[in-house]
Amino acid sequence: MSKGNSLMNRFYKSDFFYDFRKSPVTIVSFVVVLALILLAVFADLIAPTDPFDAKSLNLFNGFTPPMEPNAFTGETFTLGTDDQGRDLLSAIIFGLRVSLFVGLTAVILAMVLGVSLGLLAGYRGGWVDSVIMRAADIQVTFPSILIAMLIFGIARGLLPPDLRDELAITVLIIAIGLSEWVPFARTVRGTTMVEKEKEYVKAARLIGLSGRQIMLRHILPNVLSPVLVIATITLALAIIAEATLSFLGVGAPPTEPSLGTLIRIGQDFLFSGEWWILLFPAATLLALALSVNLLGDWLRDTLNPRLK
Amino acid sequence: MLLIILRRLGQSFFVLFLVALISFMMFRYVGNPVDNLLGQEATVEQREALIEALGLNDPLFIQYFDFVTRVLQFDFGNSYRGALPVADMILERLPATLELALVSAFFAMFFGVVMGVFTAINRRGITGNFILSSSLIGVSLPTFLIGVLLIWVFSVELKWLPSFGRGEVVELGGWTTGFLTVSGLKSLILPGITLGLYQMTLIMRLTRAEMLEVLRQDYIKFARARGLSERAVYFGHALRNTLIPVITVAGLQLGSIVAFAIITETVFQWPGVGLMFINAVFFVDIPVMSAYLLLVGTLFVMINLIVDLLYLAIDPRIRDGQLKRQER
Amino acid sequence: MNKLSTKLALGVVASLTLSTLASAETIRWARAGDSLTMDPHAQNEGPTHALAHQIYDSLLQRDMSGAIIPSLATEWAALSDNPNVWRFKLRQGVTYHDGATFDSEDVVFSINRAMADGSDMKELLSSVKDVRAVDSHTVDIETNGANPLLVNNLTNMFMMDKGWAEANDVLTPHDVAKGETNFATMNTNGTGAFALVSRSIDEKTVLTANPNYWGKDLYPSEVTEIIYTPIQSSATRVAALLSGEVDIIQDVPVQDLGRVSSTSGLKVGTAAQNRVIFFGVDNVDGPTADLRVRQAMNIAINRDAIKQVVMREQSDPTGVIMPPFVNGWTPALNEYPAYDLDKAKGLMAEAGYADGFDITLNCPNDRYINDESICQAAVGMMGQIGINVTLDAKPKAQHFPFIKGGDSDFYMLGWGVPTFDSHYIFNFLVHSRTGDRGSWNPTGYSDSAVDQMIVSLESETDLATRDATIAKIWDAIQAQQMYLPIHNQVLNWGMKDGINFAVQPEDQPHFQFLTFN
Repeated sequence: MSKGNSLMNRFYKSDFFYDFRKSPVTIVSFVVVLALILLAVFADLIAPTDPFDAKSLNLFNGFTPPMEPNAFTGETFTLGTDDQGRDLLSAIIFGLRVSLFVGLTAVILAMVLGVSLGLLAGYRGGWVDSVIMRAADIQVTFPSILIAMLIFGIARGLLPPDLRDELAITVLIIAIGLSEWVPFARTVRGTTMVEKEKEYVKAARLIGLSGRQIMLRHILPNVLSPVLVIATITLALAIIAEATLSFLGVGAPPTEPSLGTLIRIGQDFLFSGEWWILLFPAATLLALALSVNLLGDWLRDTLNPRLK
Repeated sequence: MLLIILRRLGQSFFVLFLVALISFMMFRYVGNPVDNLLGQEATVEQREALIEALGLNDPLFIQYFDFVTRVLQFDFGNSYRGALPVADMILERLPATLELALVSAFFAMFFGVVMGVFTAINRRGITGNFILSSSLIGVSLPTFLIGVLLIWVFSVELKWLPSFGRGEVVELGGWTTGFLTVSGLKSLILPGITLGLYQMTLIMRLTRAEMLEVLRQDYIKFARARGLSERAVYFGHALRNTLIPVITVAGLQLGSIVAFAIITETVFQWPGVGLMFINAVFFVDIPVMSAYLLLVGTLFVMINLIVDLLYLAIDPRIRDGQLKRQER
Repeated sequence: MNKLSTKLALGVVASLTLSTLASAETIRWARAGDSLTMDPHAQNEGPTHALAHQIYDSLLQRDMSGAIIPSLATEWAALSDNPNVWRFKLRQGVTYHDGATFDSEDVVFSINRAMADGSDMKELLSSVKDVRAVDSHTVDIETNGANPLLVNNLTNMFMMDKGWAEANDVLTPHDVAKGETNFATMNTNGTGAFALVSRSIDEKTVLTANPNYWGKDLYPSEVTEIIYTPIQSSATRVAALLSGEVDIIQDVPVQDLGRVSSTSGLKVGTAAQNRVIFFGVDNVDGPTADLRVRQAMNIAINRDAIKQVVMREQSDPTGVIMPPFVNGWTPALNEYPAYDLDKAKGLMAEAGYADGFDITLNCPNDRYINDESICQAAVGMMGQIGINVTLDAKPKAQHFPFIKGGDSDFYMLGWGVPTFDSHYIFNFLVHSRTGDRGSWNPTGYSDSAVDQMIVSLESETDLATRDATIAKIWDAIQAQQMYLPIHNQVLNWGMKDGINFAVQPEDQPHFQFLTFN
């Protein structure tokens, strides 16, 4: 208890928290991201309906404007409904969950891959370093959407069509994760090369700790802050990449839509006056990605004071 | 020096070898050329004959060698869909994509650098910070939505700019260009902005960061101390030193502009290789997909090589492995 | 390919006023998909025929209302002494775009070409035994047994010049399935109202009016140039019409009809389409093999809701997989059952599926009007009677080969009937799967009595007997609930106010019929 308190006290008194309090934009971003994450996590409790439950939908509720009763059923929806009569508020909350899940999983994949390879390259050096860093050079030239399209194209050619929808999300995560590991690896490698020459690492080696133990226990903690910055920025990238791939027809299926899928559907109704079907999902995506980006910006500036 | 160049060349060839291998594997295993060529009613004898004729019984490395030989002669086979030679299809569409990429690269470079310098100089100003924050909107919305919104505002509501295609194009020795007609130029504006917005934000932030870094250097302090005007300091000294890394990164990004053109071309019905690739994915047109992969791979590798060699020429102290700055 | 280099100056001037770029005679025409090939016999597909119709002529054609009218043949009749032979009198003085004369040799050549290996038009000519030139402008087509409806199969059978085909080595169609290509893939020489100027696949095709067109004085023939652009993205396509960059689009999304018709200077032309949309189900394996399950699914589909919400009134719900244009259609068959959830649940329980079952619905997402939305709605409707449906929506290029392969238990398909006769439906969708029949019947349904009746239609000359057989076949299909019909499509063409153009029920515009105000 007291230990927790002192930790909190230390946090309150830290520069980090001071900077945070001094930046209203960052506070707002943080609150928005936190709120959206909570919405996604507690979607089942918060959303008025389950939008993935197709049998609960009443087609006659389709295209209901926000806050207006439907002409046939008389039901009213806070944010209106989409073309299938799905409550848009619930669809957005659940779509947020899909988008965040894909984004976070992809970032974790990229992070694990990038940090391990970066540690390895930086600590071992020599040919291991050369191979990993050349691979990074190649990787960074191929954008995620191209990799995803290729994986998807190949999967379509090889796998039975029935599996497509189930695999769509997995393909998304793998494709985005695989194409974003390079910044992690490069940063971690750089830091590792510096840290490994320091006295405490040499001391650890002398007392007989294995390379793996040194990397995990002593070097890893020192690279965490740049990794955090990159992870935040990559999260925004991954969320946008998911939306883009959904637009290209490679993303989440329409029966279990992500924010990107909702936007793809909504853009068909841009000219016809049913603005809410596009506006609300797009605004949610913008709020999420923008807040994450702003947080990432702030983190980078705070953890890298030279740029302030 | 020579060794570094040779090593670079070697690495480039190795990458191309890998790309060709992936493309060959797709061609060989995903497409199933025999079924595609014969149809389902073919007899066993017909299949055997075709397999023999195509050399599919040869050892894999010989097949791969044949594939590479054909590719080097610019023979990618025929598209499953239009039954046209893939090489011709690519040649016909490449100008559209390259012109679009060029326009958006210039757009991104020009506005990115101008705004980057501005935000660096006015680091504490409200306008600068506002530009910095609001520029994030451009990277917080998916490209396709930006394209559709631009069409909505500038084509449908204001009727200022065309919503699709290249407009009138002029043929100059096998290269079709939209640069020489008014409608061609107008058609480039919306897709150019859509494609360039993302890169513009990157370049702006990079320029700002580099500029701030440079402004901290001693020689800038000296320049100031010598009584040079702020203007001369910023544009005479700081900007020049900022631009080298910025141009490097922008050059490297040219490859991803070509790849990201897939989305922009789909939204604007831009008749380039990106649209061709998307259609190939939907039609499971493997020869087109593998040719596109080879093309983009080659383009990336060449851009990388050129940037590296240029860098070497500019600054010979740079050693292998420290060549590229980190970009995001 | 001759690009527009000569038009540079013109382009600069014209593009200054973008929205009024076209001179009064140019039509800028857009739709979602491009023609697959210019070879008129290589693909039996709507958008491909639509372009071919501007360039090539057939012996007979359908006018904008769907009625058969003369084209390259002026008269036709079965011989009185031999009902197996149809005699066609050809139009005099017709020339090809390159100046060659059209005569009976070309007809014999073209029909044979359309029956050759690699042709996609073969099935329409399966009853043809021989084609003979009687004199330079008379042709006999002999069928295996009398075929009273042969002429219905000839409206998309385009005529090519034999001499041109020989000179350019295009004696047979290029076989698309074998990845072949030939000179005719990109080059044309027809007798039609328009000649090909330039073509770039998926980008732009330019046609110019044929100055020697035989129908010049018969039809309005006011259009002098056609610029055809496929625009895949529906938002972009509508935007192009709304901003005045194109003059006519064939596929206006139903949600944008209001916007288009309320925009000044634009209007929407509407007509019932000769195309029915339905679900196919496995008739022999799995839960849907039970007739009661198929009946339950049929009455669980809320066709009125689909019409009202998904189609925005732009559809005509039906209880039979046959559009009203087709011989054999009756109002009684067309009547669709009332949406009845309780009865459907009862039938499911009777069949032993009170708790439902799992099934995958295969659906195209770029072929029919709101295809994916209809399927999504069906997922919910089936869910209400306990059937747990997984939706697999994909582009038509992958959907069609998959369902044709017979691996789907539940799928969406649309069917247009170019011959306007039930036999066309039966032969493809109902007959058991054999080598040359039943190719689009992956349901497993197979009834030898029905098969015999279908074949007998091909040589039945007494139309009353024939119609009675057709009615019997429909009764058998309906009793089996072989398919689950949804609706007939309604066509909506968006166009400029200054254009008078009737919407053709086959979705095939014939631009020589277009007039300007």
